[in-house]
Amino acid sequence: MSLIDIRELHVAFGEHEDRTVAVDRLSLSVEEGEVYGLVGESGCGKSTVLRALAGLNSNWQGRMVVAGETLGPKRSKAQHRLMQMVFQDPYGSLHPRHTVNTLLSEPIEIQGLGTADRRIVQALDQVGLDASFRFRYPHQLSGGQRQRVAIARALILEPRVLLLDEPTSALDVSIQAEVLNLLSELKRSRTLTYIFVSHDLAVITHMCSRIGVMRLGKLVEETSVDVLLGEGPRHPYTRHLYQASAGYDRRLAQTTAELDFESEPQP
Amino acid sequence: MSSAGDSTGQRAEIAAPILAVQDLSVRFDTPHGLVEAVRGVSFDIGREKVGIVGESGSGKSMTGRAVLRLTPKAAQVSAQRLDLHGQDLRRLSPREMRAIRGRRISMVLQDPKYSLNPVMRVGAQIAEAYLVHHKATQREARERALEMLEAVKIRNPRRVYELFPHEVSGGMGQRVMIAMMLIPEPELLIADEPTSALDVTVRMQVLAILDDLVSSRGLGLMFISHDLNLVATFCDRVLIMYAGRIVESCRASDLKHARHGYTRGLLESLPRIDERKERLQVLERDAAWRDGPTILHQSSGGSRP
Repeated sequence: MSLIDIRELHVAFGEHEDRTVAVDRLSLSVEEGEVYGLVGESGCGKSTVLRALAGLNSNWQGRMVVAGETLGPKRSKAQHRLMQMVFQDPYGSLHPRHTVNTLLSEPIEIQGLGTADRRIVQALDQVGLDASFRFRYPHQLSGGQRQRVAIARALILEPRVLLLDEPTSALDVSIQAEVLNLLSELKRSRTLTYIFVSHDLAVITHMCSRIGVMRLGKLVEETSVDVLLGEGPRHPYTRHLYQASAGYDRRLAQTTAELDFESEPQP
Repeated sequence: MSSAGDSTGQRAEIAAPILAVQDLSVRFDTPHGLVEAVRGVSFDIGREKVGIVGESGSGKSMTGRAVLRLTPKAAQVSAQRLDLHGQDLRRLSPREMRAIRGRRISMVLQDPKYSLNPVMRVGAQIAEAYLVHHKATQREARERALEMLEAVKIRNPRRVYELFPHEVSGGMGQRVMIAMMLIPEPELLIADEPTSALDVTVRMQVLAILDDLVSSRGLGLMFISHDLNLVATFCDRVLIMYAGRIVESCRASDLKHARHGYTRGLLESLPRIDERKERLQVLERDAAWRDGPTILHQSSGGSRP
């Protein structure tokens, strides 16, 4: 059985005429140790899937099973511990007036794990920060260092799944490379499963073994990266993302405006 | 894949550049000492698309702002030369500079959400940009604004004219910004990360509009971006900035053959869709880059070290 199994996940916001369907009966499953990529443009619902899975949004329908446990709108401490999330903006996701030490102690206290000291030193070490960072404030860190702290905070509870929501989009390319390498190394050194959300197809193909392409709340194509790179994308929308990621192309811009992805056959 | 048109026609223009910058510096006197954001940057822009790339803090945005004299009050700006079509911008009074800003040089910023007036209809904002610089009636300005909305490929200009900024999408907002910046018919457009907040699909369309306008109206474009891939495929020439200096200058199509350690390092740290590797190359910063020589490719044209 898969580690993560999502069936017919449906998330909608607003009432009556303002009702917007963000995730439309989406099903996917992720094996233990796999890196699954969710790619799509803004508003396609990729982050909403992560937030429902992480328990940050309890207003969803469908069925989600993680490590054999069926998730409800309310989570137990153990269920929260199972999956931890890393957000896009390391400037917004760390409390500006808490030291790294406080930031990392909080999840340990909430979970009542004790042994905070050892865990903090260990978590910092895992993300390549030495002990001198422990009593600094976020404003004393660079963007890349902050994202390392955010990853340390996610790892400190020893989760089985990391939910990564555009973890490098706010970083410079050279820093992005460091953080992506760190995530690959962590994955190698311990059994972790990632769901990696990004709008950047090159980042997704670098990190992931299997990807799902989302558009307007639906999964329009699901494929392994080997097949995608070998045989090319099947769905016209994926093909379009693929071509657009190569950079500017005047002819492609022409066809973009005329493309109607809806009328194409679904996989 | 390459961008539109070879730039041989634009080469000729470089003899009389639209913008000539020589030894531009921007310094800040802070409690922690002097911070040099831009350190002696020189370049020319003709009727072409010139990309300025670098990471955050490289001084690329500050360079664009210094041209328009939009640097913060605390900044000390100096230059040997800062000419727009031969006119010395350094000597202009604040009042004369206002006549240049928007009229002859205009600027498109990253996020239309923050650069449009939230309580004014977008059409009225475009018309206002025209009225500020031209003697015209409200009706004429409106007509010009509608034409401009059409020029940036907005399908129903009359409907969009009446919308407020919060009612338009990111891509449409950026087209409105471009319309507003181009309506006074400037000679130079400075675009600071104009498409970074946009999705790839929309980005492509906005770039195509800029591309067409640059070639049809013969204006110069200073395209500030952190995205090497985009600059390499969209621009004619590229200047790479590091620590406030231009470290390398080349034709956009030659960017993949860049020789400077910094440029090479940036290119190699990018994940590539057509090439899978275990680890990404990590940029090893070399202290010598700060003050080392600028690498100038033979074919790079109007830029001087």
